[in-house]
Amino acid sequence: MTYLAKPKFHHPALPRNALGYTHRDYEGSVSTLCAGCGHDSITGAIIQACFELSIEPHRVAKISGIGCSSKTPTYFLGQSHGFNSVHGRMPSVLTGANLANRDLIYLGVSGDGDSASIGLGQFAHAVRRGVNMVYIVENNGVYGLTKGQFSATADRGSKSKRGAINTDNSIDLVAMALQLGATFVARSFSGDKEQLTPLIKAAVEHQGAAFIDVISPCVAFNNHEGSTKSFDYVREHNIAVNRLDFITGRDPITVDYAPGTAEVVEQHDGSRLVLRKVADEYDPHDRRKAVAYLQESAAAGEIATGLLYVDPEPEDLHASFNTVATPLNALGEKELCPGSSALDRINGSLR
Amino acid sequence: MPLESVNDFVVRFANVNGSGSASANELFARAVLRMGVPVAPRNIFPSNIQGLPTWYEVRVSGAGHLGARGGVDLMVAMNPQTWDKDVASLEPGGYLFYDSTKPMPASKFRADIAVIGVPLTAIANREYTDPRQRQLFKNIIYLGALSALLDMDVAAIEKLIGEQFKGKDKLIAPNVRALHLGRDYALMNLDCPIGLTVRRSDKVGDRIFLEGNSAAALGAVYGGATVCAWYPITPSSSLAEAFAGHCRRYRIDPDTGKARYAIIQAEDELASIGMVIGAAWNGARAFTATSGPGISLMQEFIGLAYFAEIPSVIFDVQRAGPSTGMPTRTQQCDVLSCAYASHGDTKHVLLFPEDPAEAFELGAQAFDLADRLQTPVFVMLDLDIGMNHRLCRPLQWDDQRKFDRGKIMTAAELDAGRDFGRYLDVDSDGIPYRTYPGTHPTRGSFFTRGTSRDRYARYTEEGAPYADNMQRLLRKFETAKTLLPAPVRRNAEKATKYGVIYYGSTSPAMDEAIETLRSEGKLLDMLRIRGFPFAQTVPDFIAEHDFVFVVEQNRDAQLRMLLVNELNLDPVRLVPILHYDGTPITARFIANAIADHLDALKVTPLRKVVS
Repeated sequence: MTYLAKPKFHHPALPRNALGYTHRDYEGSVSTLCAGCGHDSITGAIIQACFELSIEPHRVAKISGIGCSSKTPTYFLGQSHGFNSVHGRMPSVLTGANLANRDLIYLGVSGDGDSASIGLGQFAHAVRRGVNMVYIVENNGVYGLTKGQFSATADRGSKSKRGAINTDNSIDLVAMALQLGATFVARSFSGDKEQLTPLIKAAVEHQGAAFIDVISPCVAFNNHEGSTKSFDYVREHNIAVNRLDFITGRDPITVDYAPGTAEVVEQHDGSRLVLRKVADEYDPHDRRKAVAYLQESAAAGEIATGLLYVDPEPEDLHASFNTVATPLNALGEKELCPGSSALDRINGSLR
Repeated sequence: MPLESVNDFVVRFANVNGSGSASANELFARAVLRMGVPVAPRNIFPSNIQGLPTWYEVRVSGAGHLGARGGVDLMVAMNPQTWDKDVASLEPGGYLFYDSTKPMPASKFRADIAVIGVPLTAIANREYTDPRQRQLFKNIIYLGALSALLDMDVAAIEKLIGEQFKGKDKLIAPNVRALHLGRDYALMNLDCPIGLTVRRSDKVGDRIFLEGNSAAALGAVYGGATVCAWYPITPSSSLAEAFAGHCRRYRIDPDTGKARYAIIQAEDELASIGMVIGAAWNGARAFTATSGPGISLMQEFIGLAYFAEIPSVIFDVQRAGPSTGMPTRTQQCDVLSCAYASHGDTKHVLLFPEDPAEAFELGAQAFDLADRLQTPVFVMLDLDIGMNHRLCRPLQWDDQRKFDRGKIMTAAELDAGRDFGRYLDVDSDGIPYRTYPGTHPTRGSFFTRGTSRDRYARYTEEGAPYADNMQRLLRKFETAKTLLPAPVRRNAEKATKYGVIYYGSTSPAMDEAIETLRSEGKLLDMLRIRGFPFAQTVPDFIAEHDFVFVVEQNRDAQLRMLLVNELNLDPVRLVPILHYDGTPITARFIANAIADHLDALKVTPLRKVVS
């Protein structure tokens, strides 16, 4: 965990976004993760995505559990409130926070130990309820902070740094998220920022439960021969089903796409996703086929990445609860307390 | 001799659960109340939905004693499974009311009781063809027979039936008819009234009749709670459900029809408390309702809320433990597990309401305390208060009252350049300022964590800032003593060297026991504790007396342990009086136990005799 403030000097010609902020305004403290850690690339992608979206940093609540991945919210969006909670319990804390103030952007950061092992239940239930959030799992198949034990996403047959072979079947959080009704499901690779950044942008704009599984190799404990979460292995087996260009608001689409190679998906908030097809037959609007595709590609030893599923008209938990538009944390006595005359009537009914 | 008593007896209904008896039995209790005579009903029920024995006990007490009394004067024996035990539990001279459709051998009765048979099944079968109707109306038929036997005002019962089925008016006439079937049978065939009668009185006054769980939930509504996250567990489920009911009534925006609340049934207790903490961190008033096993599951999160200083309210409706224990029986057995919940050095604020009225008041106040102190606050209810109707003073609310949101630094203050350190003790009361997420674009953000940090919320593992923070948390706990509801003291009419400390649902039994003891010439000063940490008046009270009895409903004398531990007291002077069989504590038990101790204390020591 870091306590090193990052110097604020920057080149005067750094590009500024619509708010006048530079990329540096979206940074946090200096990372204390291992040099080359995949998680730092994800941090970079989050910073880039928020910068490009011109998000006011203080309108983001970043919430995590415990573990290497859960430390990373310290390293981005230094002006946001952050909450490094309890191991495996980020989803419940995020759910509660979201209920209290529907107007903020909720960014949940977790790891594979945090979400697939100790927190599998909370992961499942938060997704199932359709909490409006971006839920990122920085997935390296291994416990980093406790030095290299297998996590529940480690593939069966994968070899640990010490040579042990994992005999348990792995949990595929993407398949679970699809089955549990997430309205935005993607998988990416920390080594492919070109793919990851637009996915994060699209997930932030998505007004429902957005889940991104990011394979993020652990350079210290899971980047060796025999691991299925190493940089080399993922690069070799990564098959993108599509490439995503994300277009905010009403900006014109400037890139020319050859006919039949791109699909424009308009999200509820007016943002548009331009999906460039890679795998010809892949349809990101068919939940059941997406699950089947994932199973087939996994059986073929491939790691399917890209935007795997999106529902452009999601409903979130606040819609289910029919809550008022004003954030609950902004309601006062007038709206909340029925007062003495109502209490007199209640007393009268109890005699 | 059959018992003779006006407005002072105990009726127990022995039923099979799922038979629809509960509403008829409650009608009986309400009818007595409507006659101006106080009642204290108690459900004694199994952890089961259908088929197991259940009892409903109504203590009729013109003198207003609302604690359990012990013993039964009139048994309405509707359950063959428990017949022998039910008959045996009657006081000598008591009355046994039973369904005489099938003849019972004489060996099934007792010589020293009066037996009243009414052929309930025969009447129901004669009048009704539908099996469910036969079952349900049988309950109303026995209520009708009791109204004649106890000389009750039948008009009051008819009026209650009218109120109960308001909106389902078709059901009123058949119920009234069933009532009269029983009443007419009794009047024509039995000696009415028996020795036990209800006589119209004026002892109820403006008091109200409600369950503690519902009252506590109403307290949460009045206290401004907007987020409730819970997981079903007896005996607390009805608290969350009552909150939902109150919110549907009082928390819908009249213009839009939208909800000014969010209630989430979580996947378990861990998620419940996690959601409460997330919501409270983000500035909403949030609570959970649970019981002992839920408290066990929440331990890790409670420590986070303590250390990260996040307001949260936990209603613990206690039941008999350990483990699954007796899920439908009452105890005060979570005092220690709540006071010191979670690993590491932790201490928590506890509130002990005595009845539904106080469950409402302290339930609302808990949210102010949690926000002011930025820490978890436990409202320690129990099954006896929570799930039984209790007669209590009307609920009150001052419309001038404002929510105390505690120390919140605003965007304007941040703009004015006020120094913000999340864990900075600016007022020397141990309570720092906090900001809500999203307050200001460039100032006031901080990172909340369960790891150690300095006064400006920066992570650190250095010893000095860690110890500094832990000391501040102790100062905050000292501040809490000045904010909690004060203990309630009642002195004996003459100075005495004996005192008694009690709390929560023990109140009515204690009040009655003190009268019994006084009538025996045994005088005690009383102190009812309403909060932890203990106010200075608690050690003062103990210091004033040679011996102080501590009356509790658990095996290990948990409050006594807390007193000894927190106040550094000599344990010898605190005499435990413990009742923990899962039934509510009774005045008889308390009075006998204290009397025995006092008699023993008065024995002249041997060395004095010989010297």
